[in-house]
Order: sequence, then C-alpha cells, then structure tokens
Amino acid sequence: MSRPWRRWPDTLALAVLLGLLAFVIFGPLANLFLWAFAEKWYFPNKVPQEFGFSFWGRVFSPRGGAWGSLGTSIWIALLTVVMSLAVAIPAGYALARLKLRWRGLILLAFLLPQAVPNLPVYVNIARVFYEIGLNGTILGVVLVHASHGLVLAVWIASAAFASVDASLEEAARNMGASPWTCFRTITLPLAAPGLIASAIFVFLESLDEFTGTYFVGVPDVTTLPLLMFNASMGGNYQIASITALLLLVPSIAFMLVVERFLKANVLAGVGR
Amino acid sequence: MSATAVAGRWRAYALVLPALAVIAAFFLFPLALSAILAFRAKDGGFTLEHFAKAWELYRTDLIFTVGIVALSTVLIGIVAVAIAGYLTLGENPRAVAILRWLYRWPLFIPFIVTGQIMRAFLAKNGMLNHALIGSGLIEPLQAQSLLDWRGIVIAFVWKQAPFVTLLLAGAMASIETQHIEAARNLGARRLRVLWDIVLPQVRGTLLVGLVLSFVTMLSVLSVPMMINPNSPTMVTVDIAYRISTLSDYNVANALCLMSLVVAAGAAWIYLRHATAAQAKGP
Repeated sequence: MSRPWRRWPDTLALAVLLGLLAFVIFGPLANLFLWAFAEKWYFPNKVPQEFGFSFWGRVFSPRGGAWGSLGTSIWIALLTVVMSLAVAIPAGYALARLKLRWRGLILLAFLLPQAVPNLPVYVNIARVFYEIGLNGTILGVVLVHASHGLVLAVWIASAAFASVDASLEEAARNMGASPWTCFRTITLPLAAPGLIASAIFVFLESLDEFTGTYFVGVPDVTTLPLLMFNASMGGNYQIASITALLLLVPSIAFMLVVERFLKANVLAGVGR
Repeated sequence: MSATAVAGRWRAYALVLPALAVIAAFFLFPLALSAILAFRAKDGGFTLEHFAKAWELYRTDLIFTVGIVALSTVLIGIVAVAIAGYLTLGENPRAVAILRWLYRWPLFIPFIVTGQIMRAFLAKNGMLNHALIGSGLIEPLQAQSLLDWRGIVIAFVWKQAPFVTLLLAGAMASIETQHIEAARNLGARRLRVLWDIVLPQVRGTLLVGLVLSFVTMLSVLSVPMMINPNSPTMVTVDIAYRISTLSDYNVANALCLMSLVVAAGAAWIYLRHATAAQAKGP
C-alpha cells in the first residue's frame, strides 16, 4: 500500500472490469432505447439508418392502444394496492402486536405464494373465473394481483408495525386513549414509511405482472405488459420497445429511491 | 382468562382472517384444483395417464427447464458473491461506489421487459454482436444469434443477480468487521477472507436468495416465450400451449405438478440447510 505507483495495473484491471459490467448492464438498455427511436434498422447497420418519432405517434394514436392500456394498468394497480393494504394492514398489525396461536403457520401461509411457482395457480384460477364470469374483467385481474401482492404487503406491514416502539402505545393507552385512537394517532403514523413502501411494491408488481393477466385478463383486459408482449410477438420491435420503455420508467425510479422508504431496521425485521 | 383477554384473542384472529381468506380462495384453492385435475380421468376416477402423456411429450423440455434454471441459479450465485464480496472487501472506495450504483439497475425491471430487451440485444444484429465485431473479437461472419437456451440464461442472470446481490451485500455489511480485519492483519488475501470468513456467515442469506430465484425462474412464461419459443423450451411455454390452444387442463396440470415437485426439491434443500444451521447455533 505504501507504493501507490505499483498499484496502477490493479486500478486499470478494475476499470476494465467495471467498464465491462457497465456494458453488460447498460448495453441491453441502450439497445432498447435505439429501437424505440428507430425508423429503419436493417442488418448489418450498427445503429438505425433513420431516427424518428413516427412509431411513438402510432403507439399513442387512438388505435395504438397505449393510452388505453396505460390507463387500464394504472387503474388495476391502484385497485390492487387498495385491496391488498385493506386486508394486509390489519393482518400485519395482528402478527406484529397481538397474541396469535399458530403464528408460525399463519406466517407460512403468507409466504407460500412467493415460494411456489405461480403458473399452476394462474392457470386454474382462470378456469374457475371463466365459469363464474370473472375472466376478462378488471375485478378478476385485481383479485389475482391482490392475492399475490398482499403477501409482500403483510410481511412488510408486520415488520413496520413491529419496529414501532411499543412503549409509546402503552403511554397513550395509560393516558386513556382507546385502542383505535392509539392505533390511529400513534402506531399508524409511525409505521407509515414501511406501509408506503409496501404500497409501492404492490403497485409496481401489479403494473409489471404478465402471466396472471395473460390467463385471467383475456380477451378484454389489455394491460401495458400484454400490449408489449403482443407487439413483440408480432415482430414489431419499435412498438414493443416503446411500451417497454414506458414500463421501465417506474421500475428504475423505484430502484433509485427504494432505500429511502425501506429503512434497514424494517428490512431486518421482515420475517421475524 | 378474563373476558377482555378472550375478546382480544378473537380480535386478533378477526384481523388476520380477511387476508387468509384471500390467500385460501385465490391461491390455495386453485393449487388444490391443479393437483386434482392432474390425476382425474375422463370418467372422474383416478389416473396417471396425464403424467405419462406429459412425460412422453415434454420429457426433453422438463430436463431442459431444470437445466436452464439450475445453471442460471449457479451463475447468479457466482455473480452475487463476486459483486457483494467486492462491495464488502474492496479497497478502492471510488470503485466500490461505482459498483454499488451500477449493479442494481435491473433490480425492479420486470421479466417481460427483460425478455424484450434481451431479444434485441442478443439477436444476430443486436448490440452485443456489433460490440464484439467492433472490438475485433469476432469476424462479422461469426456473428450469431444467442436467442436459444443461452439467451434465456443470460436474461435470467441479468434480471435476478442484482436481487440476490442486494440481499447478500446487506448480510455482509452486518458482519462484525473485527473478524475481517483480524484476518487481513494476519496477511490473508482478500479472496481467502471472502471464502473462509465472510461467506460462511452469510450462507443462509445466499441460499434464501437463490432458492427464491430458482422458484421464480421456474414459472416465468414471458422470457422463454419471447426468446426461445420453439422446442426444446421451458415447460411454462408448453403449459400455456396446452391451455390456450388445446384447452387440455389435465396434461397442463400434470406439467404444473411436476414443476411444483422440482420447486419442492429446492425448498427441501433450503430447509435441510436451515435446520442444520439452527442445530449448530448462530
């Protein structure tokens, strides 16, 4: 360490490795970006022969379906968040604060949907929904998304409630606050950052969900991932790339801010 | 037990019940249905013929699926250990900062977008081939499409390695630094420190991340459909085909149960490790 000039080969190797990693991470993203703005791109040209926005116009035209799919996706994701949190917040509170026999078993039930391949579930729920007329409806898709999303929500909510200092609640109760007032004015505000994080997780998961929507949403519910999939399978790389870019924006934005919402003490409590 | 305590107990269950009901109705029930349909004959009796048919038709794809997912899991483990290890033990603070910023970009990118991204990047006229030709590593005529099993593996590792790295780097950061420093002061090389001191303490976290990734990748439909839809491909594509095209829920569910058994195998490996670790103590 005392002779820095002898370390420059190490530094160079490090720079090369980081450069390669940067290419591996950003190369595919750049390729997508180029496709989204390409008017014409044939082999063996390295970059598109022509750039332009004509495909953007087509995607966002009334017949392109992007606005409609975007609206459907966001509406479904919002309903999924409301439904997931409505059942996950009480469950998370009970798991963190109240005495429950079979607590381990209940936690396991909330782990299963993350730990079991989901295709069998989607395939068969679609069959049931078809028989009771829920296939191809927004409600059907929301139910499927929520049953998956609430798992994450319960775990994060339970960890968030557990990280609230119980002595604050006791103090409020000792001063005569009812359990509900205590929950509303003390516990809920203190757990709010974790709950917001779980809401964002559920929203994003619903927004990006493909397989469940593919089986349950047909033929009437077209979310953004389905629009992208159809364009891609139809060989239209520009339209697929533009819709993919739309889906990338929230994913990357969340990646950049995730640690602000999920504090280390909440993360450490997940699954306790 | 006082009356209020009993009421409190009931309140706790009442709070958990709605969430459990959703899981039961929209997760456990369809899962049970899958098991029933896989074994039900046309006349309603018990049969194994759907499994026989599934094995006969899709044997190659089943082996292909397990191979692809297992290989991806191993590669994800290697990448995650390398990156998290450098983040923990790296001596160049600038390189550590750049790496920390760099590795996590694919973290929340959905599988379907990953599929589309890789479909363009790994194609014959994709950026990967252009970069290889431009750097003189291959001749233009050697450019080949990677849109087969290799494309699926690359897409899986690209998308899933940051997740395992995030978990692993978090676990490594909470290790007591005294151990690491003591070993370094005794002259141990960084690779040795990583292997002998850091990794044994985070093995549980690594295993959780890898098992979760394994199970997730096992049921991804979009990536194989977009990158390599023709046989041999992953069973998820076959399941979708049996249902969308043939409405054959019996063989599809037999295939589903087979992939559940594979996932259960992965979970069993994890549980065996977890109980062994518990027996040994922290």
